[in-house]
Amino acid sequence: MSAVTTPARQASGGVNARIVNRIVIYGLLALFALFYLMPLFVMLVTSFKTMDEIQNGNMLALPQAPTFDPWVKAWGETCVGLTCAGIKGYFWNSIKMVVPAVLISTMLGALNGYVLTKWRFRGATLVFGLMLFACFIPFQSVLLPMATILGSLGRFGVSLQNSVGTSFGLGNATVNLVFVHVVYGIGFTTLFFRNYYEAFPTELVKAAQVDGASFFQIFRRIMLPNSMPIFVVTVIYQFTNIWNDFLFASAYAGTGDAMPMTVALNNVVNTSTGVVEYNVNMAAAMIAALPTLLVYVLAGRYFVRGLMAGAVKG
Amino acid sequence: MSTVATSQIKLTPEQARPRASVRSRLQDALPKIVLAPSFAITIVFVYGFILWTIYLSFTNSKTFPSYVITGSRAYQRLWGWTFDTDPPSSWYTSITNMGIFGFLYIFICLALGLFLAILLDQKIRGEGVLRPIYLYPMALSFIVTGVAWKWFLDPGLGLEQTLHQWGWTSFHFDWIKNKDFVIYTVVIAGVWQASGFIMAMFLAGLRGIDGEIMKAAQIDGATTFQLYRRIVIPLLRPIFLSAFIVLAHLAIKSYDLVVALTSGGPGGSAWLPSNFMYEYTFKRNEMAVGSASAVIMLMTIIAIIVPYLYSELREKPR
Repeated sequence: MSAVTTPARQASGGVNARIVNRIVIYGLLALFALFYLMPLFVMLVTSFKTMDEIQNGNMLALPQAPTFDPWVKAWGETCVGLTCAGIKGYFWNSIKMVVPAVLISTMLGALNGYVLTKWRFRGATLVFGLMLFACFIPFQSVLLPMATILGSLGRFGVSLQNSVGTSFGLGNATVNLVFVHVVYGIGFTTLFFRNYYEAFPTELVKAAQVDGASFFQIFRRIMLPNSMPIFVVTVIYQFTNIWNDFLFASAYAGTGDAMPMTVALNNVVNTSTGVVEYNVNMAAAMIAALPTLLVYVLAGRYFVRGLMAGAVKG
Repeated sequence: MSTVATSQIKLTPEQARPRASVRSRLQDALPKIVLAPSFAITIVFVYGFILWTIYLSFTNSKTFPSYVITGSRAYQRLWGWTFDTDPPSSWYTSITNMGIFGFLYIFICLALGLFLAILLDQKIRGEGVLRPIYLYPMALSFIVTGVAWKWFLDPGLGLEQTLHQWGWTSFHFDWIKNKDFVIYTVVIAGVWQASGFIMAMFLAGLRGIDGEIMKAAQIDGATTFQLYRRIVIPLLRPIFLSAFIVLAHLAIKSYDLVVALTSGGPGGSAWLPSNFMYEYTFKRNEMAVGSASAVIMLMTIIAIIVPYLYSELREKPR
């Protein structure tokens, strides 16, 4: 392209200058690629080394005798606090928390976006503005009241357990986290769907209404079948955010059996007892990172789109 | 069904009409009914809780919440600590760190992101490989990022050790253990994580610029540098704004990175206000002070976000 548009500069600048220019650009790009890859590379090779090799060898060297033991140990044996059963339980905790939280918040977001764009009412912009602002608050400003409420719901759950025989999930830390992530996630999911549905032809909805289709029929038959891309974007965004959350996880499930992966990983790494097994720590970090990395590798395009939508559009 | 069948005997028209109108009124209200739970949740759990936190910050809550208003003691203490530099109070450390971290993090991410985006926009072969490499850290949690960099920056195991082995024995890099420099390691890890995303934002902006403008400038004999300085970068102004908002917001909320990378640093020297809030509220039994610090964080965010959201939402209606 540029060769066509700047023939004059081509002739005067010469081919050599152009080649040098290109070499510099590619060199810089490669250098930065190294910067971004280095920590992941170090983490990965360390997780396959023996402790001997880590203490005597070079951080950047490839493992001499690659071993899966650190991964096995991280998954099934390493100590999180006082329990030494690996991080597998916490990995499942995260899954049990993430799946319902993502599904519920996404569904609510889709419905909200549908209402806010296709069934506009007076004050809709204000409602949306209030929900949108909720995305941006520092969660520290709601952390303590939520802890208080979850605490009293827990006590209520215990008394229900004693009187009725079931606590209906009240006081269960996983349920609590699902609830918290839904509450503070619907702002984002609503934003995503609202912006997407805004561009969706309202005439189609009007036509269906004239034909006597109900609110939910229109949603199910017209909106949903055309929402695949935004569903993928939203699910990925929510999945990444909730999986990676640490603040809520440590505040509401920082101890005990329902601890999610991020908290468990932090405990593994910052444990002060015994010899620090760096290879096991790195394997644990890799396991914690794998789900989101996998999503990124498989659907990077949608991941980026979600970040952009969350960032740029209001 | 059965009620309809029985009532058909006598009062069909009279009963059918109110019933239909109730139904249709329900139909009309349905969108609002669907939206209501989400809206109610937001009002209670966001705005209600914010008010609750503000209320608590004016009490003398310690280990447990107390609901007796005792005035602005918590704020007075924070204010006093703001100037407590010898020895520095935790609050002084937190807000100073916030200043250093916020400025460097935002500035370096913007500069690096723009620089990489411009480089990548030079019709690069292999862009499809490079872009995901720059961007993947954004998919990792702060905890994983912290763990990786903690290892990488550890004087005894990471970079310093590696360079020693390669023969550069005078190399010294112990920032992560140094109370005066630990916050800069948080900057490094933070930039590593977010700069790729900022790059992607700028790249999208660059791709959106009309090629005709560029061509015209090139024909007029503008050098590449001039082209970017005079034409491209001014056109990217909205992206700068969005990127700034994203970064400022991420910076103020940063909590996990400090915990995972530095465990708070030697003597809490790496704390940000978010860490201060968490420690004082949940560990030091100073709930009112913790709440007051949360309120200050919130006010800072409001000062940045509200004008932005307002302008974004104002432009929308057409």
